[in-house]
Amino acid sequence: MTKIGVLALQGAVREHIKALQESGAEAVSVKRIDELNDLDGLIIPGGESTAMRRLIDKYEFLEPLKAFAKEKPVFGTCAGLILMAKSIQGQDTAHLELIDMTIERNAFGRQKESFEAELEIKGVGEDVNGVFIRAPYIVNVGEDVEVLSVHNDRIVAARQGHFLCAAFHPELTDDYRLHQFFVQMVDETKKVIA
Amino acid sequence: MLKTGTDRVKRGMAEMQKGGVIMDVINAEQAKIAEASGAVAVMALERVPADIRAAGGVARMADPTIVEEVLNAVSIPVMAKARIGHIVEARVLESMGVDYLDESEVLTPADEVFHLNKRDFTVPFVCGARDLGEASRRIGEGASMLRTKGEPGTGNIVEAVRHMRMIQGQIRKVSAMSEDELMTEAKNLGAPYEILLQIKKDGRLPVVNFAAGGVATPADAALMMELGADGVFVGSGIFKSANPEKFARAIVEATTHYRDYELIAELSKGLGTAMKGIDISTLLPGDRMQERGW
Repeated sequence: MTKIGVLALQGAVREHIKALQESGAEAVSVKRIDELNDLDGLIIPGGESTAMRRLIDKYEFLEPLKAFAKEKPVFGTCAGLILMAKSIQGQDTAHLELIDMTIERNAFGRQKESFEAELEIKGVGEDVNGVFIRAPYIVNVGEDVEVLSVHNDRIVAARQGHFLCAAFHPELTDDYRLHQFFVQMVDETKKVIA
Repeated sequence: MLKTGTDRVKRGMAEMQKGGVIMDVINAEQAKIAEASGAVAVMALERVPADIRAAGGVARMADPTIVEEVLNAVSIPVMAKARIGHIVEARVLESMGVDYLDESEVLTPADEVFHLNKRDFTVPFVCGARDLGEASRRIGEGASMLRTKGEPGTGNIVEAVRHMRMIQGQIRKVSAMSEDELMTEAKNLGAPYEILLQIKKDGRLPVVNFAAGGVATPADAALMMELGADGVFVGSGIFKSANPEKFARAIVEATTHYRDYELIAELSKGLGTAMKGIDISTLLPGDRMQERGW
């Protein structure tokens, strides 16, 4: 069975684990570096990106995560998307630098501007409920990045090779199509590695 | 169609804070220390609870200058407290763009009968609770996040432990009940029936529940996580300690790795003095903040 980890330093871990299980994968939470070893893929959940980054640094997770990502699929939602971006507007440095894109944090405003909206996501569906919470968005992408979803002229989901990211929170709904999409990506990569 | 202020967006915001620490701060400098230490949010206040106790008199919403200063200082969410039932304080803080409001017993209540109708607001609310009845009433009014009341500003964890154990025990009891028994239980708890029914079906609260009111050390924070808290509020514990930055970092790490006892031992070394603290039995009845709320 495909085994996918959810980085559990902070944030909405339980919801991703449930969504993965509903999508037919085995799901485990990952708090220590050695727990990355037998995984086929990884989700970086929503949460506070600054808090997660501090814990990533503290436990020297950055390099092991980058090494993991060289071979295996990673899916980031909200804070996870921020951690995966190559460049962050207004900041000199980024985090894991996995996806060739520039993002802006808290780009839709403060919490009272947080919203739900129906999204069309390429390869997933035309009626996906996107839950945006103090969400970032993708300002621009490199040529190897495929834009999967746009909301009000802003890029909110993208894919580059075996990396997937979303500015919203599919884990907060009962619609598991995006998780199924990721599980499929993991299955395909697993076949190639084998 | 774009919908703001939905239950999913309000409760979801609290879901993103799980496993994290929310710290009380009184200025931009403290807010920046909290953010750099890995806080998931800050609570902007005029005084921390220990100082509210010491000052006496009426405790109100913070001066908007302080709230504004903190809003501008950090990129993590900013929370602020309004008095129980004080519709205008809550509206003022909402208008300023505060990310989460705490209808808080730490401040002097403005209404001794009614809480805010939190469903009316776009901004989400966190409220304190000591038992499942209180928790369910607050959810019924529209709270999107809960916290134990504990006894704020005492640096004494005993009341937060009592409240967390009480709520967890009552959830287990309700989950094991037959539906025939539920209405009477709702009556006994003073809980809205529909909310209690949902708790029974899910085996847990429909919103995130943090620990608050007396967390002073990394071990206190880890204890509350062990007892089932989704995260931790630290009020006076950090900036009333000898070395706030070190305390803040240690409490964040202990919350994440609450079962890694060797790590908590390391974190707790050489932290310096924790806040002095108060024995609850020495508090006069009128000084017990946890009794506020209805």
